[in-house]
Amino acid sequence: MLEITNLHASVGDRPILKGIDLSVQAGQVHAIMGPNGSGKSTLSYILAGREGYTITEGAVTLDGRDLLAQAPEERAASGVFLAFQYPVEIPGVSNATFLKAALNGVRRRRGEKELDAMEFLKLTRVKCRQLGMTDEMLKRAVNVGFSGGEKKRNEVLQMALLDPRLAVLDETDSGLDIDALRIVADGVNALRGPDRAMLVITHYQRLLSYIVPDRVHVLAHGRIQRSGGKELALELEARGYAEFGVDEAA
Amino acid sequence: MTAVSDTIDQVKGLTDQKYKYGFVTEIESETAPKGLNEDVVRFISARKAEPEWLLDWRLRAYRHWLTMVEPGWAKVSYPPIDYQDAFYYSAPKTKAGPKSLDEVDPELLRTYEKLGIPLKEQELLAGVEPRIAVDAVFDSVSVATTFKAKLEEKGIIFCPISEAVANHPDLVRRYLGSVVPYSDNFFATLNSAVFTDGSFVYIPKGVRCPMELSTYFRINAANTGQFERTLIIADDDSVVSYLEGCTAPKRDENQLHAAVVELVALDRAQIKYSTVQNWYPGDEQGRGGIYNFVTKRGACRGVASKISWTQVETGSAITWKYPSCILQGDDSVGEFYSVAITNHHQQADTGTKMIHIGRNTRSTIVSKGISAGQAQNTYRGQVKILPKATGARNHTQCDSLLIGDRCGAHTVPYIESRNRTARVEHEATTAKISEDQLFYCRQRGLSAEDAVSLIVNGFCKEVLKELPMEFAVEAQKLVGISLEGSVG
Ligand SMILES: Nc1ncnc2c1ncn2[C@@H]1O[C@H](COP(=O)(O)OP(=O)(O)O)[C@@H](O)[C@H]1O
Ligand SMILES: [Mg+2]
Repeated sequence: MLEITNLHASVGDRPILKGIDLSVQAGQVHAIMGPNGSGKSTLSYILAGREGYTITEGAVTLDGRDLLAQAPEERAASGVFLAFQYPVEIPGVSNATFLKAALNGVRRRRGEKELDAMEFLKLTRVKCRQLGMTDEMLKRAVNVGFSGGEKKRNEVLQMALLDPRLAVLDETDSGLDIDALRIVADGVNALRGPDRAMLVITHYQRLLSYIVPDRVHVLAHGRIQRSGGKELALELEARGYAEFGVDEAA
Repeated sequence: MTAVSDTIDQVKGLTDQKYKYGFVTEIESETAPKGLNEDVVRFISARKAEPEWLLDWRLRAYRHWLTMVEPGWAKVSYPPIDYQDAFYYSAPKTKAGPKSLDEVDPELLRTYEKLGIPLKEQELLAGVEPRIAVDAVFDSVSVATTFKAKLEEKGIIFCPISEAVANHPDLVRRYLGSVVPYSDNFFATLNSAVFTDGSFVYIPKGVRCPMELSTYFRINAANTGQFERTLIIADDDSVVSYLEGCTAPKRDENQLHAAVVELVALDRAQIKYSTVQNWYPGDEQGRGGIYNFVTKRGACRGVASKISWTQVETGSAITWKYPSCILQGDDSVGEFYSVAITNHHQQADTGTKMIHIGRNTRSTIVSKGISAGQAQNTYRGQVKILPKATGARNHTQCDSLLIGDRCGAHTVPYIESRNRTARVEHEATTAKISEDQLFYCRQRGLSAEDAVSLIVNGFCKEVLKELPMEFAVEAQKLVGISLEGSVG
């Protein structure tokens, strides 16, 4: 479903991704692990279409369609969802308003009927229940005054509503205590399904005991250095990233 | 990435259809001779069959105006205005002036329909309580006022000011110029000499006006200044909410709009005055657009009276306006809620004055300035506490939002306190719409334009929620529309 072939990308003159190959099938969850600064967020931003990166080589397709040619909002309509490492605050705009605008933006682009206020409310109730969350978060301004855990939960709620083909979760575990981590992971697990692919990006193995991946890839120096099953995560946890030429105190 | 240039094209496409009110109505008009002199002042007064005292007042204003110079302190720049190169009176030709809505020129009714302004009373026929009464001012004259009869049942007077001069001369004579004297400032003085029409409102003692009152101003004729004058009097214990809207055709030359609004609130009366200002702002290169130089002032004369200004300023090439409150009565309250949006080459220098005279007077100022393109947006506000204003309080919150890096935002507060017990607070912030916010929204499926509109609406929320419900949605859309073409 997601095919990344020989992807090279730079910021300015500085190459960051140096030939990434990755193929994720529908229904699968792949983890990308790697030390800080290895290019994990860069990869997720490039998949979502953030400006400021130059693709110097390679291709990315989703369901056979060229992803790199699409604007971020077009990718959203194609089914790309990025759960941000640092969710952004939008003062004065309620989560409900934001999500309704997002959902209807996506639906319009897909040629689907937009939802009215009632239909939207009904849908959010269903999704909240599915995730074991209250809809209290919908009334608050987008991420304003949210705790770290609430921000990440909010990302998962948005993901549930937008129902993506491909979900990219960038360090969804960072800054969470164990309880918050469990809630978020349960949410993500509830959204696993045969039609969806997930790319779970993390520095630590911890998250992967809750969201168990089908494949694990190690990203270092802008390349996938090794791939394997879920055991690879445990191995990395024990041995660190040293064998990939990365010296980390973490 | 090609996706980026696609977005820019889409944005450009939108910009061109941006000002949907830019059409011209083909209608025969009667105009005064071009230029400004005593004869033109007499011409206007005669057209309106005004009493002697009013003509005298106009002439005094005109003679005073000749001694004045245009103010230069605002942070706006424009080429000198040739006051002799404009018309000061333009009225659609009709037989006698319509007596009822059925007699209004259908072309005018169509114009207002196209603008989305209901000039019919069909709501009433359907047995539904009307929520809004409209006075429609087309160039220099009022062409229709709805629900007059319904309002009269409660003793409320809502009519063109020219009609009030004829039918309620005592009220007009007593209050006209009592808040903004004819000698007040260059533009207000010019208005006093040549004002043509506008609305008059009187709410009797103890009456709560049952519907929104609204005046809708339309400049149509080319090369014509618009000088309307509005006077609202709320007698003891009365309540009224009034809304003003305005549009003009797209034209390459600038047009002058110099209005005066005077509000008088007597004991415990409340006036809420809302403006959605959408005059033609000029094109992307800064050609054309309205010079909006207006004087708006309210006097809280009575104890515990309240005047609240809410303005959403999105149009005009240049906006120069400072809706103010004179807090004379003890315990009176003044409020100013403002959103000013400037895009492309627009300039706005706007704010308020809160003059605290009575004891325990309170004022609140919330100003949201949004600047995009190469626009300049200035908040200029004065808070003045006079010696007798014991216990006076003011809170000012002044926020600026910048979109892009070629525009400017400026905050110029003047605070003067001559009473030790007074408390004056001023907070100001300046922020930019961040790449992060835009990308976050677009990742979730919003177009860049929708993202800006959403973020800006959030920024303005505190002010927009002050608008009467009927107009809040319209204003939210307008916020989005006026910022089209600001990103990409
Ligand atoms: N916008 C940018 N400008 C300059 N350098 C950047 C930018 N974004 C990322 N980088 C650099 O690219 C490398 C990878 O960063 P990132 O993708 O954030 O890593 P990770 O998410 O794996 O910690 C880092 O060295 C970082 O400094
Ligand atoms: Mg990162």
